[in-house]
Amino acid sequence: MELVQNFPFLTIVFSLTCGVFCAVLKARTAKRLCLCWLTLTTVMSLAVLVYTMRTNGYYVYRMGKWNAPWGNEIRVGILEALMASVFSGVMLLSLLGGMHHIFADCEPEKANLYFTMCSLLMSSLFALIYTNDLFTAYVFVEINTIASCALVMLKSSARTLVATTRYLIMSLLGSGLFLLGIVTLYGITGELLMESIAEKVREIFASGAYSLPLTVIIGLFSVGLAVKSALFPFHSWLPDAHGNATASSSAILSGLVLKGYIIVLIKIFYRVFGLDVIVAKQVSQFLFLFGVCAMIFGSVGAIRERDLKRMLAYSSVAQVGYIYVGIGLHSRLGMVAACVQIIAHAITKPMLFIAAGGFIDVSGGHKSMSALTGAGRRDPLGGVAFTVGALSMIGIPFFAGFVTKLHLTQGALESGAATMTVALAAIAVSTLLNALYYVPVIFNIFSGRESGEYKGLRVRWRADYAFSLVCFIALNIGFGSFSRIVVGVIRRGLELFGM
Amino acid sequence: MRNDGAFARLVRFVEDGTFQEESFTLSPAEKAALDTDTPENRWLTSVQHSEKPVGARLMSWFADKGFDLFNNLYRIASVFICVTLIGVLLTVVSFLPAFGSADNPAVNEVVERYVSRSIEETGTTNAVAGMISAYRGFDTLGEAHVLFVAACSVIILLRVDPSERKHGRLLNPDLLGEDLDFEPNTDLILRKAAKLLVPLSFIFGLYVILNGTSSPGGGFSGGALMGAGLILSSTAFGFKRTERFFGDEMYHVVKTACLTVYALLMAYFIFMGANGFEDHVWLGVPGGIVSGGLILPINAAVGFEVACTMYCFYALFRKGGL
Amino acid sequence: MPDFLQNLLTNYYETAAVILFGIGFTTLLMHRNLIKKIVGLNFMDSAVYLFLASKGYIAGRLAPIITDGDSDPSKYVNPIPTGLVLTGIVVSVSVTAFLLALTCRLYDRFHTLDIDEITHLARKERD
Repeated sequence: MELVQNFPFLTIVFSLTCGVFCAVLKARTAKRLCLCWLTLTTVMSLAVLVYTMRTNGYYVYRMGKWNAPWGNEIRVGILEALMASVFSGVMLLSLLGGMHHIFADCEPEKANLYFTMCSLLMSSLFALIYTNDLFTAYVFVEINTIASCALVMLKSSARTLVATTRYLIMSLLGSGLFLLGIVTLYGITGELLMESIAEKVREIFASGAYSLPLTVIIGLFSVGLAVKSALFPFHSWLPDAHGNATASSSAILSGLVLKGYIIVLIKIFYRVFGLDVIVAKQVSQFLFLFGVCAMIFGSVGAIRERDLKRMLAYSSVAQVGYIYVGIGLHSRLGMVAACVQIIAHAITKPMLFIAAGGFIDVSGGHKSMSALTGAGRRDPLGGVAFTVGALSMIGIPFFAGFVTKLHLTQGALESGAATMTVALAAIAVSTLLNALYYVPVIFNIFSGRESGEYKGLRVRWRADYAFSLVCFIALNIGFGSFSRIVVGVIRRGLELFGM
Repeated sequence: MRNDGAFARLVRFVEDGTFQEESFTLSPAEKAALDTDTPENRWLTSVQHSEKPVGARLMSWFADKGFDLFNNLYRIASVFICVTLIGVLLTVVSFLPAFGSADNPAVNEVVERYVSRSIEETGTTNAVAGMISAYRGFDTLGEAHVLFVAACSVIILLRVDPSERKHGRLLNPDLLGEDLDFEPNTDLILRKAAKLLVPLSFIFGLYVILNGTSSPGGGFSGGALMGAGLILSSTAFGFKRTERFFGDEMYHVVKTACLTVYALLMAYFIFMGANGFEDHVWLGVPGGIVSGGLILPINAAVGFEVACTMYCFYALFRKGGL
Repeated sequence: MPDFLQNLLTNYYETAAVILFGIGFTTLLMHRNLIKKIVGLNFMDSAVYLFLASKGYIAGRLAPIITDGDSDPSKYVNPIPTGLVLTGIVVSVSVTAFLLALTCRLYDRFHTLDIDEITHLARKERD
């Protein structure tokens, strides 16, 4: 076995240890440790990606002396390595971009715990991406839940406390349903490893036994993870949590944490139940419908919002809807679109949140639209980044968001007439709505009618903030212009994923 | 009016979620002042009422009614959802394999191997210990870190700087209530019992940790026992005495050391296993204390981590820091 | 219908667990008091553990601790659910501590445990 193959396991385990060390270090040292480690994990994940691309396949890494059904194992393929690289890179950039906010918003002696939470979150995201075992997924889902709630409440204020409480209660409700699903599935199959369950499920499905339990289990998984990833009817906790947290937290939560749960759901759908069962149980139709509703109602919520960060949070609800519509098309093209959207949103929304953090800096700490008038002039780099992000969200060609819409449209065109009509209409309406709330913001931040109060204010030059935004802009335009390469990688990854 | 016993107040506290509403609306004196019918007050109240335009009052009335309507709908919907959920789950249960039968699908080759080869592969006679720390050791590593991340979150929420920690966790002494009155100062029964029980719970905790490979127990249960000992000792003898041997620094040292040792042992075990190297771990004598190879040190590390975390929770809730 | 009831009676552990789960779920959904919500969550968790533990039981067999070197798998119950329950309990303890700590902070701040009222008060407050 080559050394590269150990990297996924090393990234998971030593991210945990890095978090443990951050908890006892001074905040500045913890920051350095965490950033160094995140750089290293990004490089390691990229190395794994290159390795899997070169060997054109995936490999199974057993966690211990024993093979799969006895021990734990992780499965590393092209898609997983790609996601891990993107996630760890985005985590690094989000931390860098909001660094001064972290130190301003957290209590000084607790700032080191921010990096603890980030490391643990990263570890759990890696584990969720790579895991091949349902119970491992549950354990790391819990780490993910607690760490992400802690990221919200590290900015100590009444609102974040309330938002955290709502977030935590909803998340735990989701975990409860998810765990009940795992347990019931264990009851009828007797397995926890995804491949073994898939085998048993196929037998059970063919024999026609346990038809109702199977439906209910799929329902439990879907509802549990949909609550956690804020799919439309369960999104009420998201705007508060993402809108009130510190800039980096909002970026990480919107960009990565939601996607972690969706990746678990995709794994459960395609690697545990298989396409046949999912189609026969008609779960994807529900997800499709809720996804469409999320696209519309998320955007409507964003239009009504006068607070920039909450507006971005509502926009996340809409963007999560795109992913679910992609999954709900239950075709290969739909899945490609969903994966593209996971990546596109992961590199766009953090940029928007970090730019918004910059605007708030130059507007006396106010978040409302009226206070932000002209903020783009006071913080030009943030203004450019926000414009790029907004154009990407609307779906202008050569930006990341366009790639999603392109693939989603292709996926929709391939499906049945009714689905196609609904999906195309939803994409069109949602694009229009996105433009309706992003374009005024762009005009507003570049408007010359600044209120006198903040007029002379200029953003302080910060290397980390500038570096993060420049990287995000480059990533976004790069992904938008050379999407062919990434989409090719995703396609190959999905082939190995059993699609 | 609400000066009845502490217990009744506690009951009300749990029931309706409020302690003394008056304290944050209007104090009785203020209320009485407003109730007296002086011209000033009449003017004041009339201003208060007329300040809002009719439209705004209508809006707020609708908002209130709308809120009620929403609440009622929400309640009806939740009852409906709950009843449906229970119904559906009961139906699922009726389809599940029979309880307690040997041929239910959960009893398969995995279980057989965990039981029949536990001794030769992991060196433990306790198949559960072998399963959670060796076969599925990665899950358990995650689990230990769940406890860690929760402890960190509670620290974020409740830790108060020692310099400001005059009245325990609460910064505002008005909110302290009668908590301090129940502070055990010289409770003889408690102290005598604690003198007997604290050493006992430590010894028992250690016993459970050490014998985790050959009898029921292990790191988590043993650690919880030791944590209970720490909590009992600080309740009976006050925090000062516990602080002498278990303070903030000690907590951080123990926790970091335990988790690092655990992660490193696990990493070594997984790395060697996955790459097919011999891991040179002596499995020990099955059934004895030194058995199970790495499981014994892992149990010890987990045990001490759990003990500190339990005590950390207690101390944070009680006084806002270790 | 008699079949249905018969099966429920056979699986009486699971039935009890599911009803407990429902009670916990209802408590979580219907009560606005945070402490009650936490109690509801704990109910849900415990119910799942009961459910899981009952999956491992096999009538007439021993706990999976091998005595006298007799490692015949047909003599012991299934060890997997036991291990999973242990993991679950630790998760549940952690989460409960976190939620209670949050409740403490909220109570310090707003002097009430009613989540709706807390939300209402927090909206009025300016950050």
